[in-house]
Amino acid sequence: MKRVGVFICHCGTNIAASVDCAQVAENLKGYPNVVFSTDYKYMCSEPGQEMIKETIKREKLDRVVVASCSPRMHEPTFRRCIADAGLNPYLLEMANIREQCSWVHPHDMERATAKATDLVKMAVAKVSHDAPLAKSFSPVTKRALVVGGGIAGIQTAIDIANNGYQVDILEKQPSIGGKMAQIDKTFPTLDCSACILTPKMVEASSHPNINLITYAELEKVEGYVGNFDVTIRRKARSVDLNKCTGCGTCWGKCPTKVDSEFELGMTKRKAIFTPFPQAIPNKPVIDREHCLKFKTGKCGLCQKICPTGAIDYTQEDELVTTRYGAIVMATGYELFDHSVYGEYGYGKYPDVITGLHFERLINASGPTMGKIKRPSDHTEPKNVVFIKCVGSRDETKGKAYCSRTCCMYTAKQATLVREKIKDSNVYVFYMDVRTPGKGYEEFYNRTTETYGAHYIRGRVSKITQDGDKLRVRGEDTLLGRPVEIEADMVVLATAMVANADAAKIAQLVGFSYDKDDFYTESHPKLAPVETHTAGVFLAGACQGPKDIPDSVAQAGAAAVKVCALLSKDMLETEPITSEVDTKTCAGCGHCVDVCPYHAISLTTIEERLLGQTITRSVANVNTSLCQGCGACTVTCRSSSINLRHFTNEQILAEVDALCQTIQNK
Amino acid sequence: MEEFSQSQAKSKNAAEELQKRSHVEAAKCYQCGKCSGGCPVADYMDIMPRQVMRLVQLGLVEEALKSKAIWLCAGCSTCSVRCPKGVDIAHEMETLRIMAKERGYIPEKDIDKFHNIYIGLMKGFGRMYEPGLIVGRNVTTGHLLKDFSYGIPYLVKRKLNLLPYRPKQKDDIKRIFETAEQLMQQDLAEFREGR
Repeated sequence: MKRVGVFICHCGTNIAASVDCAQVAENLKGYPNVVFSTDYKYMCSEPGQEMIKETIKREKLDRVVVASCSPRMHEPTFRRCIADAGLNPYLLEMANIREQCSWVHPHDMERATAKATDLVKMAVAKVSHDAPLAKSFSPVTKRALVVGGGIAGIQTAIDIANNGYQVDILEKQPSIGGKMAQIDKTFPTLDCSACILTPKMVEASSHPNINLITYAELEKVEGYVGNFDVTIRRKARSVDLNKCTGCGTCWGKCPTKVDSEFELGMTKRKAIFTPFPQAIPNKPVIDREHCLKFKTGKCGLCQKICPTGAIDYTQEDELVTTRYGAIVMATGYELFDHSVYGEYGYGKYPDVITGLHFERLINASGPTMGKIKRPSDHTEPKNVVFIKCVGSRDETKGKAYCSRTCCMYTAKQATLVREKIKDSNVYVFYMDVRTPGKGYEEFYNRTTETYGAHYIRGRVSKITQDGDKLRVRGEDTLLGRPVEIEADMVVLATAMVANADAAKIAQLVGFSYDKDDFYTESHPKLAPVETHTAGVFLAGACQGPKDIPDSVAQAGAAAVKVCALLSKDMLETEPITSEVDTKTCAGCGHCVDVCPYHAISLTTIEERLLGQTITRSVANVNTSLCQGCGACTVTCRSSSINLRHFTNEQILAEVDALCQTIQNK
Repeated sequence: MEEFSQSQAKSKNAAEELQKRSHVEAAKCYQCGKCSGGCPVADYMDIMPRQVMRLVQLGLVEEALKSKAIWLCAGCSTCSVRCPKGVDIAHEMETLRIMAKERGYIPEKDIDKFHNIYIGLMKGFGRMYEPGLIVGRNVTTGHLLKDFSYGIPYLVKRKLNLLPYRPKQKDDIKRIFETAEQLMQQDLAEFREGR
């Protein structure tokens, strides 16, 4: 006979408004194993918890059921509570009578009360089969990996490094810096992006605790929180970083010209190049796809003239495996490809450009030295149209979400056009202006009031090329009539979208992502920088569209989470893991295939059978990797693999409890 | 001024009928105006296509039914193709037009006549017969010589055939029209039963 105590919570009126909590408590009196049953207004409050503790001692309870909110909310609270009273924390069950009962049945108290009673009875049946479980421990490798070297990655790495831990930044481009390096000015203060970014880049590269791994990609991730074994592919740079001084002689002489990715194809770079003058490391790579030496075997000019002999055509990709305690994903974003919009010219009109193109055009170190010139004929545009929500808030051809940053960067760009070209006219087509940030609304007001940008509420329907002009047609929805503007240049505020390889990388590392391939946080409010995979954290726009202030804030948050993890010598691991009954396991390996965490493997055991020693293979669970999802248990044909705390016996006991009440009806 | 819920009440039946006959989710429209911006005839409309959708959204369907805009709509579907919310505005316009005609709201008599002649020609020949349309329209509307000067260059460039196209499968064309009529009646009957 178990001694179960049942505690029904009102959650103020959240539950009590549609569930008769006192009645539920009454219904449970006399139920098998229940020795005590009561209700209370706020069970999670201090007096509520004290009541549970006192009752455990007074009634000599050995198991507890709390009927309240979701276990995601307060299971840790009540586990701590009963542990304080001397019980094993895993001898607690929660019946969710809020999210799964009162909130979804607000208008039928009688039946909601009956359902709540059933839910509590099921919890009682399950708790009666609970076994005490103990946490185990695993060591922590005190080194972190930050994937992505944009502003979010750099800030995360600096914050972790300043806490005294070793950090590696993995960047797939030849230089760190990311998208922020391409941007000209930053809102709402209009300070120059490079002026605030490059010092951070230098700090990251010179920090004793930070190690830069550029021009490299993730290859494989194994292991678990505290001990990730990460294999990184260092792509062949063809330049020896130790010998190279970054003098620039090689790219000065290189005969091959290629469209510069950094300048979005608006200027050329060489086949041996650094992406931009402030690159870190400021040492070149050879683009083997275009280099004459690799294409034809001839040339070799850079090797001949390199004063330090740093050019090495024989370099090959290198695979390096390192152990890390934590991983931060800071892989950033891409811009939406607007060529899907036929009405905006399929990306073919030269003077219809994106916001990022505009950033390069207006940047003092950009292709036009900061003079706004339209791409087609390099003249200064007089009428400039900005179109917002291109690819954002478009369920049919783009993304349903709002990209968050476009309202502000468009306001910034509109301001800059008005500032640099005094006799210009600026028109901004918008659907809403969203400026929730410190100083943002004020900035937008200045754009319209001081700088005189014309904001027109409506979505542009069509852009047509008319001679060297662009005709932009839309509706002024405030006036209720169509408008047509003859423009010299159109700037599209294209949506921020996840990287093309974002999903692939998430699968490789092993964490979840949403329908738009943005990385999913563990909880949208309460765990915004964690993933569902322990030890993997998020920073910046890989989690969703974000501006620089938000990315930096999130980077700091992720760094603190990493430091909290790395500060421990040993990690507690959750005991709710799978266990294998080797007596009945046939070693079919189905569980190995379905395990999303690679926690199960086949192992060979020796057995004495009928006087002989035989060997056979059985499943074996690495409890450090197991996250307790239970996928293996439903796959197992002989029920040999069982999830602790959610065993087949416990689930069946719950089903029995439910069926009994149905039978009685 | 009439109180809003009273205006809505007057359109209640029409709103329900429209929803059931067109199945267009007007509520999805977020009033961006991309439909009106690209509409080739918006300049001549009394209210914008967006405002038609707005009236439908607010349940003021009677007002939409009496608008000229639904008659001016050429049915080119540019709006529907470009709509970021996937709302089929052209189909909504067409349904409104059908309903308006059933109720006798025909503010654009000439356009209605044009439609009738057009459909008659399609029934007869299965294809457009422009001279028939021009003559029929000008005779019925009383503007005998209207737009005649446009016809001459077309004739010279052989863009207009004086004789109509003779379809081989007249029965098929007949069946298409019969089926369409049947479907529409069926839709209407379903709607009336549903109420």
